Amino acid sequence: MFYREAGDFKTSYQADNQTFPIAFDRYRYWFVLAVAYLVIPFMINDYWASAILVPFLIYSIAAIGLNILTGYGGQVSLGTGGFMAVGAYACYKLMTAFPDVSILIHVLLAGGITALVGAAFGLPSLRIKGFYLAVATLAAQFFLVWLFNKVAWFYNYSASGQINAPERTVIGIAVTGPNAPAWAQYMVCLVFVTASALIARNLTRGTIGRTWMAIRDMDIAAEIIGVNPLKAKLTAFAVSSFFVGISGALFFAVYLGAVEVGEAFGINKSFLVLFMVIIGGLGSIFGSFAGAAFLVVLPVALKVVGGDWLGWPTDMVAHLQLVIIGLLIMFFLIKEPHGLAQLWKLAKEKLRLWPFPY
Amino acid sequence: MTQVLESYQTEDGRTIGDVVLDLKNITLRFGGVEAIKNISFNIRQGEIRAIIGPNGAGKSSMLNVISGFYTPQEGEVWFNGKPRAPLRPYQVARQGIARTFQNIALFEGMSVLDNVMTGRLNHMKSGMLSQAIWKGKAEREEIENRERVEHVIDFLEIQSIRKTPVGRLPYGLKKRVELARALAAEPNLLLLDEPMAGMNVEEKEDMSRFILDVNDEFGTTIALIEHDMGVVMDLSDRVVVMDYGRKIGDGTPDEVRSNQDVIDAYLGVSND
Repeated sequence: MFYREAGDFKTSYQADNQTFPIAFDRYRYWFVLAVAYLVIPFMINDYWASAILVPFLIYSIAAIGLNILTGYGGQVSLGTGGFMAVGAYACYKLMTAFPDVSILIHVLLAGGITALVGAAFGLPSLRIKGFYLAVATLAAQFFLVWLFNKVAWFYNYSASGQINAPERTVIGIAVTGPNAPAWAQYMVCLVFVTASALIARNLTRGTIGRTWMAIRDMDIAAEIIGVNPLKAKLTAFAVSSFFVGISGALFFAVYLGAVEVGEAFGINKSFLVLFMVIIGGLGSIFGSFAGAAFLVVLPVALKVVGGDWLGWPTDMVAHLQLVIIGLLIMFFLIKEPHGLAQLWKLAKEKLRLWPFPY
Repeated sequence: MTQVLESYQTEDGRTIGDVVLDLKNITLRFGGVEAIKNISFNIRQGEIRAIIGPNGAGKSSMLNVISGFYTPQEGEVWFNGKPRAPLRPYQVARQGIARTFQNIALFEGMSVLDNVMTGRLNHMKSGMLSQAIWKGKAEREEIENRERVEHVIDFLEIQSIRKTPVGRLPYGLKKRVELARALAAEPNLLLLDEPMAGMNVEEKEDMSRFILDVNDEFGTTIALIEHDMGVVMDLSDRVVVMDYGRKIGDGTPDEVRSNQDVIDAYLGVSND
């Protein structure tokens, strides 16, 4: 009824290629951006920032990264936590080694370093697929966590073995460290999220994205049409790790401030991001956001509804959360492998014709 | 055997040029099995060349040798007058050889348009940074190639399904999309592995028309494997017949039809 594309004709391929070809979608996109940039920073408080908004933004970047590899490239990875740790430690080493350089540049560089590490761990994908590749990336996960625990150089020989983010400022406002205001943390993450989403969208709609998807859908046919499998797979690993590395750097520097590697970037983190991608939707940028939002909000919502309103014991709420996530994963894997994004798309297709479906 | 000439005119006025692809004494083994035994034949510029034979004769293996999936143990592949070193399939694609598959090998999760655009891959050169910001070269290139692709889509009459995910299409249309993807690469040599398998008469007629049009309009050299003898004899300029990995006949459709070995092995005798 209100969701129409009739009369919305495209007269150039440029217009047809745009991200949101339907005018209504476009307006909504600008609206969301406007709210995110112009409204939320003025209303945000510490609780909202640290419980929901900042982790949502950071996990969105990680989910976009993993979605590029798994959803678009078809290569399963269980090493996300390890690659986030690479981003975090790279950022930490850069922050302490070059204190005068802007933190924003450090975060980008951390992403670049993670991209190199990710490409190196992507090499086995040229020989093995599916389940076996998942196990190989699992090895990366455990190796990286072990490495950051074992080699004291990575945590600057601190006695606790932790890394702590020193205070860094952007145009005079602290964004890391204990004195950083909530809105500044939020804004830094928001800028990175916006840029990541745009870049990911551009890459996936262009030539590189098509080579990734071609390899995912049928590698033999992809090769015959001229896709170099080595290049396609390694770029997928590199780009994916770039985003995962950025998210790891932000997770450490902006969100947590202090990190113990096994705790913050363990195997649980890998699964959490993988669940976000599965629930949100494989092969969809929007799905990455939906999945991240869902899994960030779910524990908070359960705690508020179950713990605070209904007065359930906290351990039961925590267990209930695991049960719900487990059920959802099974539901989505069996019923809707393309996740929330696909449900959203179907709803839109129905809405386009509503109330007269024929 | 046809007499070897530099170039000649066919009856319907097309010019058949020099040899494009020359297979010399190809032998392909899988362990102890000889799939192809010492076969030589060539494909000329602009012709439609059919490879026929009973099941298991080695026709698809032959195509796989040409497109680089298999490397023959003996023999040489000459392309454009030069012997070709063993190549990976994607390198073969870059030389201008495109193909379709017997059982459709499309990218099911992508739209028809994206599938066909993938065929333009070797014509798109913009770097990753340019694509990431989607300005300048990447966007220009995308639009230029989109125009080429739209031309192919137009040609094969699949405009109405260009945004449909390939997984949702019926069989006959999938075959056509696969042809579109191969054509979008603007190949010099197009290999078609049973383009009409599993089609009804009407779809076969459509496909035959497309094959002839492709050959006529773009001047594409075509090598095809097909089991429908009516189609093969009507479409092709020259036919290679294989049986148990051997070549048992080679020539114009008329020559092949009257070749006793071919009749015994494959065509059989009609009882009317």
